[in-house]
Amino acid sequence: MLNNTSSILLVGVGGQGTILASKLLTTGLMAAGFDVKMSEIHGMSQRGGSVSSQVRYSRGKVESPVIEKGSADLLVSFEKMEALRWLEYLKVGGCAVVNDYEIPPMPVLSGKTEYPAGIGEELCARADTILVDAAGEAEKLGNAKVMNVLLLGATVRLMGLEEIAWETIIRGNVKPAFAGLNVQAFEAGKALVQKTPATL
Amino acid sequence: MKQLMTGDEAVARGAYEAGVHFASAYPGTPSTEIMENLASYPEIKAEWAPNEKVAAEAAIGASIAGGRSMASMKHVGVNVAADPIFTFAYTGVNGGMVLVSADEPGMHSSQNEQDNRNYAKAARIAMLEPSDSQECKDMARAAFDLSERFDTPVMLRLTTRVCHSKGIVECAPRKEAPIKPYVKNVDKYVTVPAHSRVLRYAVEKRTEALREYSNNCEWNRTEYNPGTTGVIASGVACCYAKEVFGDSVSYLKLGFTWPLPDRLITEFCEKMETVYIIEENDPYIEDEVRRLGFHPHGRDTFPFTGELMPDVIRQSVYGSHRETIEYDKAKVLPRPPMLCAGCPHRGFFYELGKLKNVMFAGDIGCYTLASAPPYNALDFNICMGASLSAGHGAQTVFDLNKGCGTRVVAVLGDSTFFHTGIPSLIEVAYNNSNSINVILDNRITGMTGHQENPGSGYNAKGEPAAAIDLETMVRACGIKNVRVVNPNDLAAVRETLSWALSLDAPSVIITRWPCVLKRFSKEDREEFPDAFKTRVAIDPARCIGCKICLKCGCPALSYSPAAKQVVVDRNQCVGCGVCSQICPKSAIVEEEKAHA
Repeated sequence: MLNNTSSILLVGVGGQGTILASKLLTTGLMAAGFDVKMSEIHGMSQRGGSVSSQVRYSRGKVESPVIEKGSADLLVSFEKMEALRWLEYLKVGGCAVVNDYEIPPMPVLSGKTEYPAGIGEELCARADTILVDAAGEAEKLGNAKVMNVLLLGATVRLMGLEEIAWETIIRGNVKPAFAGLNVQAFEAGKALVQKTPATL
Repeated sequence: MKQLMTGDEAVARGAYEAGVHFASAYPGTPSTEIMENLASYPEIKAEWAPNEKVAAEAAIGASIAGGRSMASMKHVGVNVAADPIFTFAYTGVNGGMVLVSADEPGMHSSQNEQDNRNYAKAARIAMLEPSDSQECKDMARAAFDLSERFDTPVMLRLTTRVCHSKGIVECAPRKEAPIKPYVKNVDKYVTVPAHSRVLRYAVEKRTEALREYSNNCEWNRTEYNPGTTGVIASGVACCYAKEVFGDSVSYLKLGFTWPLPDRLITEFCEKMETVYIIEENDPYIEDEVRRLGFHPHGRDTFPFTGELMPDVIRQSVYGSHRETIEYDKAKVLPRPPMLCAGCPHRGFFYELGKLKNVMFAGDIGCYTLASAPPYNALDFNICMGASLSAGHGAQTVFDLNKGCGTRVVAVLGDSTFFHTGIPSLIEVAYNNSNSINVILDNRITGMTGHQENPGSGYNAKGEPAAAIDLETMVRACGIKNVRVVNPNDLAAVRETLSWALSLDAPSVIITRWPCVLKRFSKEDREEFPDAFKTRVAIDPARCIGCKICLKCGCPALSYSPAAKQVVVDRNQCVGCGVCSQICPKSAIVEEEKAHA
C-alpha cells in the first residue's frame, strides 16, 4: 500500500458478529499504538443483508476510513458467498480467509434457486484462499456464536499481530461469563491458520 | 485520554465537553447514536422527541432560557425541523444551540439524498463539516462557543461515513458552562413582522462577521505541495482525496462551510492552474468557486450521486482503477435485507398482500421491506407520516373515480405514528375518509435499532415515562372504528381486514406484538409471556415439499433439494407460528411435538 497503511476487510451476513470482531481488532490495534480508522454501515440494509467492516491501520496517519477496490491486504469472510461478493476489494496477490459456511440468501430461501456450487474452488483459483471451518470449530467449543472471535484469531495470525495483548482486549470487551470461551475461540482461530502466507 | 469513537459518539463527546445542558433528537440513520451517547452522560438532560421539529423546538427553548442545547437528526429530519430553524436563525440564541444534520450520500438507509448544506445557506446559519471522528468532537465542542459568539444557531453537517466510521479521538474533561441568565427581550425573541424586519438586518450583519471568521478560522486551511494542481474538499471527501493524491496536489480543506471563505478560495485558486472540487452531493462549494470567477473541475468530472470514495475519485480523474481480481460474478446471488424471523410484520403483510384492488400506502420503517416479494404489499412511500394522509388523498380520488372501487390500506409503525402520523390520522377522521389505517405497534422504534418512544413507557435514559395508549389516542382523533389484533394470528388478521373493508367510514387497525429484537421491559414480559420462547420443526411424515410456507418469506425456512422437504433453521426460529398456519398439510409443528 501507499503510505504503509494496512487494510483488512471483514465481511459477512448481518447478525454474524462482524461488528464485535472489528471492534476487538481496532481496539487492539489502537492499544498497540497504531493509527486506526474503521468503517461500517449499519441501518436497514443490514437486516440479514451483506455487511462489511473495513479496518485500516498504520504507524503513520490513516486517511480514508474505507478500503479502495483492489487494495485490501486481507479479506476475512464469515460466509462463503460473501467472500466472492467482496473479492474485488482484495489486492492482487492478497490473502482471503474464508469461513466454509453457507447462509442461504433470499433467492435460495424462497426456493427460486440453489446456493451456487463451486464457490470454494472459484475462490481458491482466483486468490490465495484459506478455507476454514470456523463454524465447526465454534460448535466444538460449545457455542456457534464465537465463530467471529475464531476468525479474529485467524486474522491476527495472518497479519502478524500476535504481539498485541489480545486476551486483555477480549476480556475487556465481552461479558465476563463469555470471556473464557472467547479467549479459547481466539486461540483456536490462530491454530486454524498454521502457515503465514508469503504474500503478507 | 484517547478513545476509538464513531463520528456520532464523538459529536456527543464534543457536546458533553462543551457543557451542553439539554439535547433532543428523533432517531434516524445515521444520526441515531448521537442521542444514544448523549443519553449516557448523567450531566446531560437528553431526550427522545416525537419528531425532529419538536426536538429542534425543545432545543431552541432551552437555548432561549440560557442553556446550551443540541438537536440531532438525519437529513430528512431537518425538513421536518426547518420551520423553527428558519426563524430561530433570525432571533439568534442565548445559550449556544447546535443543530446536527446527518446526510446520506449514497442513500444507505434513506429515501433521498438531499444536501443539507443548502439549508445552512438558505437559513443563513453558520455551518461546520467534520471529516473524521476527531474533528466531530472538536467541531461539536467549538460549535457552542461559535453559536454564542455570533448569536446564531450552528449546523454541524455530517455524512454517513463520518457518523459511522471510527477513528482515534483525544478526549478532554467536561467544561461546565454556566446557564446564562434569562432576560426578557421581546425585540429579539418575539418575531412579529416589526421585529423580524429589524432582525433581518442583524442576520445580514452577522453573515459578514461569519464570513470574516470563515476566512481566518482554523477549520479552513491550505496545505501547499509542489505543482499547480489543487483540490478543494470538505467532509470525508478530504480524506478520500488525500488517499488518492497524497502529496502530489495542494489542498484547501474546508471545515467551516457557511459562509464559505471567499478570500481564502480566491487566494488558493489564483495559485493553481487546475482545481478539483471534491464534495459529495450537490455542487455547493463549486457554485461558490464559480461565482468567484474560477473554472474548477467538479460536476464535469465526478458523479453527481453516491459517495466519492477513493475508487470513484481515481476513476473520475485518471480514468482507471486499481487492478482487481476477476471472478465469476454469476456465483454471487443478491442478498437483500428481509424481515427477521419472528418479525410481527410478517403475518400481517402475508395476509395484506393477498388482497385485490387495494392500494397499499406505506411509510418509513422496517415495513418498507414488505414492498418486495413474497409480500408485494406496498404501492408507495414518501416520508414519515405520509401513509395516512396520502392514503386519504388517494382514497378520495378513487371514490371520485366511479366504479374503480379501489380501497386504500395505509400502514405505519407506532413510532412513525407518534412522529407525524397523528395529524395525518386527524386528516382522515376530520374529512371522513373511508381508508383503512393500520398502526403496526411493535412496542419500540425498530428500524433504527430499538429506541424508546412515547408509546414504550420509557425515555431516552431508560427511565419509566408516560406511555400513550394508542387506542385511546386514535379514538381521540375522531376514529370510531378501532380494533386491536395479534398480527401472528392469521385468521384474526383476515377477519379484521374484511371487517375494515366492509365499512364506509374511516377505520384503524392496531397490530400489537413486540419486535423480535427488542429487549423486553417488565411490562412486555407480563403482556407477552410466551413470545419467542418456542421453535417449530418440520414433521417429515407430513411435509410434501410444496414450498407454500416459503411464501411467508421467513429467513428461518428453506427448501432442501436433497430431502425434498423444507427445513427450519433452529438458530433463527422463535416460534411465531405464522408458517404453521400457512402449511396446507399441518406439517410445521411445535418442536417438542415434532419429536414426540
